[in-house]
Amino acid sequence: MRKEILDTTTLDQEGLKKLDAYIEGLRGNKEEQLIHVLHHAQQIFGYLPKNLQWYIANQLNMPSAKVNGVVTFYSLFSEEPRGKYTVSVCMGTACFVKGAEKVLDRILELTKSEKGKMSDDGLFTVQDVRCIGACGLAPVVTINEKVYGNVKINEVDDIIRRYKRGDQHAS
Amino acid sequence: MKLIDKMINCTVNGMDITVEKGTSVLDAAAKAGVHIPTLCHLNLHDLNAVNQSANCRVCVVEDENSGRLVPSCSQEVYDGMNIETDSLKAVMGRRTSLELLLSNHPQDCLTCIKNLDCELQSLAHEMNIKEIHYQGEKMKHPIDTTSQAIHKDPNKCIMCRRCITMCNDVQTVGVLSPLKRGFDVVVATAFHMDMGDTSCTYCGQCVSVCPTGALAEMDASSKVWKRLNNPKKHVIVQVAPAVRVALGEEFGYDPGEISTGKIVSALRRLGFDTVFDTNFGADLTIVEEAKELVDRIEGGGPMPMLTSCCPAWVQFIEQQFPELLDVPSTCKSPQSMVGSLAKTYYAEQNNIDPEDITMVSIMPCVAKKAEAAREELSVEGHYNVDYVLTTRELARMIKEAAIDFKTLRDDSFDQLLGESTGAAAIFGTTGGVIEAASRTAYEMVTGKELKKVDFKDLRGIDGIREATIEMNGTKLRIGIAHELGNARKLLEDIRDGKSHFDAIEIMACPGGCIGGGGQPYHHGKSEILKKRAESIYKIDMGSEVRKSHENPMVKKVYKDFLETPGSKRAKELLHTTYSAKERI
Amino acid sequence: MRVESLDALKKWKSKIPSTDTKSIRILACAGTSCLSSDSDLLIERLKEQIEKRGLDTKVELVRTGCVRLCGQGPLLLMEPEEIAYVKVHLDDVDEIVEKHLENGETVERLLYTDPKKNEIIKAAKDMDFYKKQKRIALLNCGSIDPWNIEHYIQNDGYEALATVLLEKSPKDVVEIIKKSGLRGRGGGGFSTGMKWGFTLQEKSDEKYMICNADEGDPGAFMDRSIIEGDPHALIEAMVIGGYATGAKEGLIYIRAEYATSIEPLRKAIEDARKHGFLGKDIFGSGFDFDIEIKLGAGAFVCGEETALIHSMEGLRGEPSTKPPFPSQKGFRGKPSTVNNVETLANIPVILRKGAEWFASIGTEDSKGTKVFALAGNVRNIGLVEVPMGTTFREIVFEIGGGHPEDKDIKAIQIGGPSGGVITEEFFDTPIDYDSLNSIGAMMGSGGMIVMDEDSDMVEIAKFYLDFTQDESCGKCTPCRIGTKRMYEILERLTNMEGEPEDLERLRTLGENIQSSSLCGLGQSAPNPVLSTMEYFAEEYEAYAYRTKKTKYSIDAEKCIGCTKCKRVCPTDCISGDVRQVHVIDESECIACGACYDVCPKDAIIKP
Ligand SMILES: Cc1cc2nc3c(=O)[nH]c(=O)nc-3n(C[C@H](O)[C@H](O)[C@H](O)COP(=O)(O)O)c2cc1C
Ligand code: SF4
Ligand code: SF4
Ligand code: SF4
Ligand code: SF4
Ligand code: SF4
Ligand code: SF4
Ligand code: SF4
Ligand code: SF4
Ligand code: FES
Ligand code: FES
Ligand code: FES
Repeated sequence: MRKEILDTTTLDQEGLKKLDAYIEGLRGNKEEQLIHVLHHAQQIFGYLPKNLQWYIANQLNMPSAKVNGVVTFYSLFSEEPRGKYTVSVCMGTACFVKGAEKVLDRILELTKSEKGKMSDDGLFTVQDVRCIGACGLAPVVTINEKVYGNVKINEVDDIIRRYKRGDQHAS
Repeated sequence: MKLIDKMINCTVNGMDITVEKGTSVLDAAAKAGVHIPTLCHLNLHDLNAVNQSANCRVCVVEDENSGRLVPSCSQEVYDGMNIETDSLKAVMGRRTSLELLLSNHPQDCLTCIKNLDCELQSLAHEMNIKEIHYQGEKMKHPIDTTSQAIHKDPNKCIMCRRCITMCNDVQTVGVLSPLKRGFDVVVATAFHMDMGDTSCTYCGQCVSVCPTGALAEMDASSKVWKRLNNPKKHVIVQVAPAVRVALGEEFGYDPGEISTGKIVSALRRLGFDTVFDTNFGADLTIVEEAKELVDRIEGGGPMPMLTSCCPAWVQFIEQQFPELLDVPSTCKSPQSMVGSLAKTYYAEQNNIDPEDITMVSIMPCVAKKAEAAREELSVEGHYNVDYVLTTRELARMIKEAAIDFKTLRDDSFDQLLGESTGAAAIFGTTGGVIEAASRTAYEMVTGKELKKVDFKDLRGIDGIREATIEMNGTKLRIGIAHELGNARKLLEDIRDGKSHFDAIEIMACPGGCIGGGGQPYHHGKSEILKKRAESIYKIDMGSEVRKSHENPMVKKVYKDFLETPGSKRAKELLHTTYSAKERI
Repeated sequence: MRVESLDALKKWKSKIPSTDTKSIRILACAGTSCLSSDSDLLIERLKEQIEKRGLDTKVELVRTGCVRLCGQGPLLLMEPEEIAYVKVHLDDVDEIVEKHLENGETVERLLYTDPKKNEIIKAAKDMDFYKKQKRIALLNCGSIDPWNIEHYIQNDGYEALATVLLEKSPKDVVEIIKKSGLRGRGGGGFSTGMKWGFTLQEKSDEKYMICNADEGDPGAFMDRSIIEGDPHALIEAMVIGGYATGAKEGLIYIRAEYATSIEPLRKAIEDARKHGFLGKDIFGSGFDFDIEIKLGAGAFVCGEETALIHSMEGLRGEPSTKPPFPSQKGFRGKPSTVNNVETLANIPVILRKGAEWFASIGTEDSKGTKVFALAGNVRNIGLVEVPMGTTFREIVFEIGGGHPEDKDIKAIQIGGPSGGVITEEFFDTPIDYDSLNSIGAMMGSGGMIVMDEDSDMVEIAKFYLDFTQDESCGKCTPCRIGTKRMYEILERLTNMEGEPEDLERLRTLGENIQSSSLCGLGQSAPNPVLSTMEYFAEEYEAYAYRTKKTKYSIDAEKCIGCTKCKRVCPTDCISGDVRQVHVIDESECIACGACYDVCPKDAIIKP
């Protein structure tokens, strides 16, 4: 595993340059801004593979165990590649009492994926999230930036099918 | 502030007591003669190693004023505080936490390396746990045996985080971190990497504070038994300076009891063919190191010169300061020197094929296990040292062989590599190596006899110390650091060109090898380390010869075999090289 | 342009063109809920149409934050009459423009129908939903354009700050806030004035003013609405708090999930800086203060103040034991004040209107108002700000309009995962910190979820525990392992694998977790279980003694044989001919509830 972690040539080099520039531009104590750096890195690379975490640890001059400890603590950081579409099913209380669990199960079934793991076709990562603050529309599902409110179980098939066809804007 | 302002009145179980402001409930209770169990708490404050994360919750007591439970290890008493340690609520709180820990624990005591030396086990006994009311899923992680030195079984971890405090705050190595959260939390290396792949220095300080069997040494005793039972092998053993002041603890002696003679005798009973003394190697190291220092001073070599006998520290500089690899002395550690000579000089003298020699070291240290496996430390394909056993492993072997340690007669080391001086003895404690080196360097530089051999300025327990020694008008400025976090500070100064030292001694463990990761567990009592250090100096005081270069056997080895300090042969056999390693 | 004095501020305010010159003002909701229903497209289209038809001289279109009736969004409020158009669709825009804007007619079909009285209500101010509310924290929320600083100035913005900086000492400010009786809205309910006083007391040249905008309670969206709807109020309050406590730096810790709230907040900070409300020498007073935004990354426990501080320091968000409190040792080890968003939103208003005014609202020990996020099985889902002392019944039945299908309301869950349930017998309890404590509940941050007779309280408790054990930081034993064990017991129970002893186990374990956990998360994690165990013991017993009915069945008296249920059943376990009573084979039923949802005669009996 050591080799795999130390090898950063497999990362997008342009992306690394962007990340370097971002880190370079940080003022004050850089270690303190680890979470922002990780957000930024995840934005560039889509997820936080091990060698990227090691790279970041090195750039910030801190132990990689500490970086990994932070990455694995926060649920928004992903160590695994993510599908083209991130489907987030709200599991906040308002959504839960309105049947979000069934919606989630159905979506997992339709995308043939496991919670938090990318589907085999690389299209979807389905996850549950905590309240996104749109409880008025419970149950709520978001797919990338798009929010679907008052989702009925029988509408789910339709929505997912549209994404499968690549026709994600038809709402 | 007047003393009176600093004092606080409180009651513990109805007893009124007065304590200093800032005292923890735990200490206040102790003052009242009330014992409160603890588990995660670690307080080696004079060594700057304090774990006060208040996370195990087995020390909670009731604050009667608020009716709330507070962790006694980290809660300070306030004026008028009314503490009840044995209220039903407090007892239930403590019990529940312990039962919960046990509900997530493999109850493998009978075959556990920590059996009868485990804080979790004693706590279960102390709290009279007869039933665990909550059962459920347990952690399931692979056991890591990939490093030479450290055995890691996360399933026995209780998340006290003492190891994390040691590795991150004290040693500043940062190999261990909590990963994930909630029930899934595990104390692990980055990405669950194998220990053997990390930048672990193998200092073993995590091991020395782990209350359970989650972190332990890689036990080599069964391999050693195998060699002992192989009649074809000539099995040699050597004993490090710090072992003789600690092993006794495992057999009920007071901390600091010196048991050199009994150890030698026990080793013979275990079947070792020859019993050497690592102290001999220490004397040799001093002679070579002093020579190197004098050469560097005179020849304008890289300064300051750093001692190199602590392998954890060597590993540390290779990984953390790869740009500074020319500053440590090139001398091998004493165990390697003894091993190296045993398989050359001794083999030659006794007509033994080095192939048939097995060299076993008894060390206070787990890093020595990894050191023994370094390729740089071999001569003609033979590793200088084949197996390293820690003080604890030796104690277990003695018990296993049913040897009654207390009744053993004192015995003495074998020649050729068994004679040593007081200078070698003090290798076992912080400041000792540099004091020993100073005694020799002084005479090398000045050509005059050193009358006052005790350099008291170099002794003590502060993390970083310094002193100046006058030699013929030139001043030798000496720095000492123990614990790697302190070493880091000195190294940063060297890197930034700010260091004003000529020679620096660094030891990875708190207090030096007496506090090594392979020593009998101190269970958080730093007095034990102090007692061991005192004994080390007692051995020195009681020695007839107290300067390494005056060790008659050392002189003989140079005469017979090595020629002079720093000779070509000495370089080949007694010196080594370092290489930069990625930090991960 | 920097505003250097109170006079300059007043001059600027007077120069801002008054909206009175226009005859119609449209408040178009762009809060999260409405945005999720594409209100941005709607607003875009409105703007286009207004411009195209040359209506801009008489119509002002304001893109506002949440107007509170989120369940009816997207919403348009047409001033001056406050006519509310609800559930407006993109296709409705043209009709609104033509009828309402051009011809002064009302688009009847888009009006709100009072669910209880079944009558159409034209003006927002006549709706029960709005009538009982009182806005302090949400004062400008939904009435101004949060992106436009002039809107805030026009509503007396930054005047409190100017007065404070120029005329009052930090101590004065602390005294005013103490006198107002304001208590923390983040859950703890601690006196804000006292908290500020503690930090002020500390001697340190470095102090921090921290705003807790983590809003982690599932089902709560009060803070988000304030940040999105009235960001300058928050900024003004932070500068005031900084001045009062001696902090020169402010930090807003906001959850990264609130991406759409971060943008307006950043813009507002920039604008405030541009005009000299942030930065050096604010209002020429010599006081410097600036604000930085810190992002969370998805951890509920980071709402706990010590965890929040660690998270801001780039660490795992693990709480640490108190004392030391943040006011003694906070961010970077320096004295820090941590305040919730809603708490802070009250500050400028208190300083403008006076402590006495504020203290006159609410109850004896709980002053002012509280914002609740009302959700669940209730008609009017949305934000509700009411004076302290309002009862549950008023909120749920008057403001909330009761159950959408008039089913019985079984319980109200308050305080999110740290809270408990309120049952019918307590619906008339006035909501304030102390009354809630006295009935074993807690205010929490303001999530209020209404649950009807169909809710399975054991499942609900399990849901909360799943949440807390998932969000536990894992640092201390009782919470890390204890909540897991509680969850396992609940799972056993709901899987019909439990035993009567499990109930006692749950209770003792819960009580010990409460008393011995390190932080508020663990200390309150058992609340939902213990409180439902107290009030709905029979539901737990049904599981523990395995007498709980789990399968659906059909009431032969009611069934008319329409076959609808038979057609939807995924396991084909319903049999029966047309117009004959249908029967469920319970051994095959997987309790999916599909039949229950389609039956026109309510003949399906839920377990
Ligand atoms: C688990 C946990 C989560 C919390 N989450 C929040 C939160 O999301 N927002 C908040 O303002 N306070 C939260 N708090 C309370 C804070 O610790 C703190 O008391 C509060 O921010 C202080 O502000 P206030 O005095 O203005 O209420 C939480 C506390 C706990 C124990
Ligand atoms: S770690 Fe301790 S309690 Fe656990 S199995 Fe080993 S001896 Fe027993
Ligand atoms: S203590 Fe009990 S379990 Fe352990 S060995 Fe003895 S009998 Fe067996
Ligand atoms: S042996 Fe030393 S360096 Fe290695 S993990 Fe333990 S404390 Fe850290
Ligand atoms: S490995 Fe040992 S020292 Fe480290 S947290 Fe676990 S039990 Fe504690
Ligand atoms: S100080 Fe001694 S015991 Fe510790 S690592 Fe170094 S050599 Fe080993
Ligand atoms: S109570 Fe829970 S969240 Fe709080 S410190 Fe303990 S484990 Fe972490
Ligand atoms: S609950 Fe589902 S499975 Fe059971 S009878 Fe109704 S539709 Fe069929
Ligand atoms: S849907 Fe209802 S009424 Fe129709 S057949 Fe089924 S139970 Fe009978
Ligand atoms: S609970 Fe789902 S959006 Fe709030
Ligand atoms: S010893 Fe005090 S909490 Fe662990
Ligand atoms: S978001 Fe539009 S009314 Fe709440």
